[in-house]
Amino acid sequence: MLETVENARRPETAAAPFPAQYLKAFRFMLLARVLDDKIASLGRAGKIHGGVFLGRGQEALSASLGMALQPGDIFAPLIRDGAGRLAFGEPMLDAVRTYLGSVLGPMRGRDGNVHRGRPRNGLLPMISHLGAMISVVNGALMAKRFQNVQGVVGAACLGDGGTSTGAFHEGLNQAAVEHLPLVLVVADNQYAYSTPTSRQFACRDLADKAIGYGVTPHSLDGTDLEGCLKVVFAAVAQARAGGGPQLVVASLLRLCGHGEHDDAQYVDPLLKQSPLGRDCLIVAEERLLREGWADVKSLKALRHTVTQEVEEAVATVQREPAPDPYQENWCALASRHLSETFASPPPDGTA
Amino acid sequence: MSITYLEAIREAQAKALADDPRVFIYGQDVGAFGGAFKATKKLAQDFPGRVLDAPISEDAIIGAGIGAAIEGMRPILEIQYADFSTPGFNQIINQAATLYWRTRVPCPITIRLPSGGISGGGPFHSQCLEGLYAHYPGLIVLTPATVEDAYSMLLEAVALDDPVIFCEHKHLYYHLKAPALPTDAMPIGKARVARAGRDLTIVTYSAMLHEALAAAEEVAGDGAEIEVVDLRSVKPLDTDTVVASVARTGRLLCVGEAFPWGGVTAEVIARVATEGFGLLDAPPQRLNAKDTPIPYHPNLWSMHRPTARNVSAAARQLLRM
Repeated sequence: MLETVENARRPETAAAPFPAQYLKAFRFMLLARVLDDKIASLGRAGKIHGGVFLGRGQEALSASLGMALQPGDIFAPLIRDGAGRLAFGEPMLDAVRTYLGSVLGPMRGRDGNVHRGRPRNGLLPMISHLGAMISVVNGALMAKRFQNVQGVVGAACLGDGGTSTGAFHEGLNQAAVEHLPLVLVVADNQYAYSTPTSRQFACRDLADKAIGYGVTPHSLDGTDLEGCLKVVFAAVAQARAGGGPQLVVASLLRLCGHGEHDDAQYVDPLLKQSPLGRDCLIVAEERLLREGWADVKSLKALRHTVTQEVEEAVATVQREPAPDPYQENWCALASRHLSETFASPPPDGTA
Repeated sequence: MSITYLEAIREAQAKALADDPRVFIYGQDVGAFGGAFKATKKLAQDFPGRVLDAPISEDAIIGAGIGAAIEGMRPILEIQYADFSTPGFNQIINQAATLYWRTRVPCPITIRLPSGGISGGGPFHSQCLEGLYAHYPGLIVLTPATVEDAYSMLLEAVALDDPVIFCEHKHLYYHLKAPALPTDAMPIGKARVARAGRDLTIVTYSAMLHEALAAAEEVAGDGAEIEVVDLRSVKPLDTDTVVASVARTGRLLCVGEAFPWGGVTAEVIARVATEGFGLLDAPPQRLNAKDTPIPYHPNLWSMHRPTARNVSAAARQLLRM
């Protein structure tokens, strides 16, 4: 059974027993990882046009955020937020269809890979320009305020590299000035493509930036699911309760290249061996076993189920049509009567 | 009783705010201060909570407008000078302009750009960026030249489901007056024949309309009748009205205040050459600002952009061809 926007976006409550919440998050992490592995495999097989971008190593953080958000919230995920998307309720088919270019997907072949969303469901489709989604989330939250809709939170995701943009500064400052319920989650994954953090910023810790904007900082270990759940849920709750913008900075290591075209040979081996280099999925699985919240058999069954879900989605989408350029309306305007028609030579070349 | 171009813009915004609860205004100094040019004078008082001062963050101003539009609002975003839209360029062309095409969710935002030269404006308070924005798919670019159009086209812009770049000309703010606000209007996308003639067509828009009309009046003294077409919107561009005019006159001069490389005048000539080559009795000509940044000193500025004097000279030269 595939998750849908409707049935997956049940609000989390603090009353949910922690092991159940942990296991639920683990399931989203595992689903995202298996889906990523499948997409990477399809990419290697030449089945995907354009780039493949994985969330390996960031699933705990991302799933925690997706679970902390509720129906009616606004979510602007970034490229490594497959787990958060699933937890927020993005149908897995959206991911597969957008990667494979199915005309039935939300982007219909007009945009690809991680550039997908359903704005009407609060899921904003990222553009490639980092930091640009922050102010868009702000505006959505301002709209909610105009409309007297209470209790809404907006979340935007970014990496360490994105904090160097002007859009980050403008967006976070704007959220603070407007006292918006924005949760800005920064995955400090040590590299922006190949650039290490030492060439990205000179502050001690990215969370230190929060005070300069008048927003609340939160720091966490992105390899530890429990820490992610607790801190991210607390930040979201604080924003929802009227506490203004929250800046969550997670330390972790990107366990893949920037994209699958990138072998990431530049990653410092010492970082890989450090606590930052732990795989959050393995850490979480070990915790599940250690605490007795799951056993080897049930985890094996879970992995089987999740793999089946992914295989089913891919098999479904592989039978779906690609966009037909002759069926495309080639119109970028909602007001179609105002679209331009440009004269072009007749197809047979005669004047 | 008369109303200026600037007052028409203020009144259009007041009407939009009064008629549609989804409308709000966001920009630098637009609140209690009433805007750098007073285009939002008293609107913050008349519509409490709906006219908001923004930080000096053009990227975030446009971004927030987009987010609000996604959630059903109809923001009017004032950028203090068109020149300052460039820090928000990314949000305009990559976010606003692509949203509908990518997602089928419209992006109804109106971005007001006080445009064009005024004496002493200099390189960073004088630019005309309509050609730049018209280049991008997914945007509508309006260049009202009259008080009536400033009012009616701004109201229509707010009602449209697409992002609109509203290039209002600062020189016209106080100089241009009409007896009253219009009660009816031509739709966006239709050009207007502002002066009928049979010997030469001048295609222009925004403040250059008035230079062209003055030039046409001057040349009329020679016995030549110039037809002046006001494009009103540069995107969409009403090729039919332009070509129909050239069919009547056989000669085309395009006049624009923007920089000469590419742009609206080049686009008009390309379309006439493509669709109406056989109608031309002489090579189509164009007149733009010079290919330098816009100078500060009035002596230099007056030679930098087209004026009635060099428009009439260009028209006379074309009439001799």
